[in-house]
Amino acid sequence: MLYWEDVKEGMEVPPLVKHPSSQQLVKYAGASGDFYQIHYDVEFARRNGLPGVIVHGALKNAFLAQLMTDWIGEHGALRKLSCQYRGMDVPGDTLTCKGTVTRKYQEGDRYLVECDIWLENGKGERTTPGSATVGLPSRTAAPVTA
Amino acid sequence: MATEPSLITGQLISAIGVESEPAVYEVEKGAILRFAEAIGDPNPLYRDEVRARHTRHGGIIAPPTFFRAMRPGPARAEAQSPLKRILDGGSEWEFHEPVRPGDRITVTQALVDAAQRSGRLGPMVILTWESRYANQLGQLVAVQRTTSITY
Repeated sequence: MLYWEDVKEGMEVPPLVKHPSSQQLVKYAGASGDFYQIHYDVEFARRNGLPGVIVHGALKNAFLAQLMTDWIGEHGALRKLSCQYRGMDVPGDTLTCKGTVTRKYQEGDRYLVECDIWLENGKGERTTPGSATVGLPSRTAAPVTA
Repeated sequence: MATEPSLITGQLISAIGVESEPAVYEVEKGAILRFAEAIGDPNPLYRDEVRARHTRHGGIIAPPTFFRAMRPGPARAEAQSPLKRILDGGSEWEFHEPVRPGDRITVTQALVDAAQRSGRLGPMVILTWESRYANQLGQLVAVQRTTSITY
């Protein structure tokens, strides 16, 4: 269980590695209702000037959410999450979600931590930078209010 | 420096702040499971009723970005960029309350900003939309701001 007191500014969030396949893109299209063809129709994607099908931005967003929820566990709460799709990612690549703690602070009865987060492609390029704020339980505050 | 013609039409400006019609979704356990499988997240909070019951949530909840599966109702004000090619620029979320199976989520959306920029892709119109998600108790459970880049 991760407590607010255990977190230090500059600390790394344990990385999360993902291997999106073209099959995963189809599953995500079905589960999310995003049927834009650039995510499953190679010919369509090429006609739109892309190298082939590309990973849904929102799926990368879900990976970055998992980066945070895996780290904070069930006692933590994801409060804010943002990311920008600066670069395209393709199925078959290895995508690694990473993060570092930039700030910890209290706000009312909440014990909060802010992080810079990002997703890197297999070449180590940050295609999807963002940030997140989480609430954590504190050892000094008796019941969990995260 | 020559001034570029404005691509921010009167139609876009008058659509800012006009909320769409609401759409209502009943959250199903099966849809949560399918979404968790699609994003490849094995967290038992989304999948395992017995294990989830013994957490502070007391049962299954939805993954944070599950709201992507809930589209807003029809727009009440047309807001079409004059540029036709579109890219998803990103998302910014606030999460306020967990979402559980059986919840009824009402989704509305409004255009909140329209800006013109020049970049690698030439002139661009950047539209920022805000989607608001409320549950059956009237609690605001999440807000998502999305950026669409048209070029």
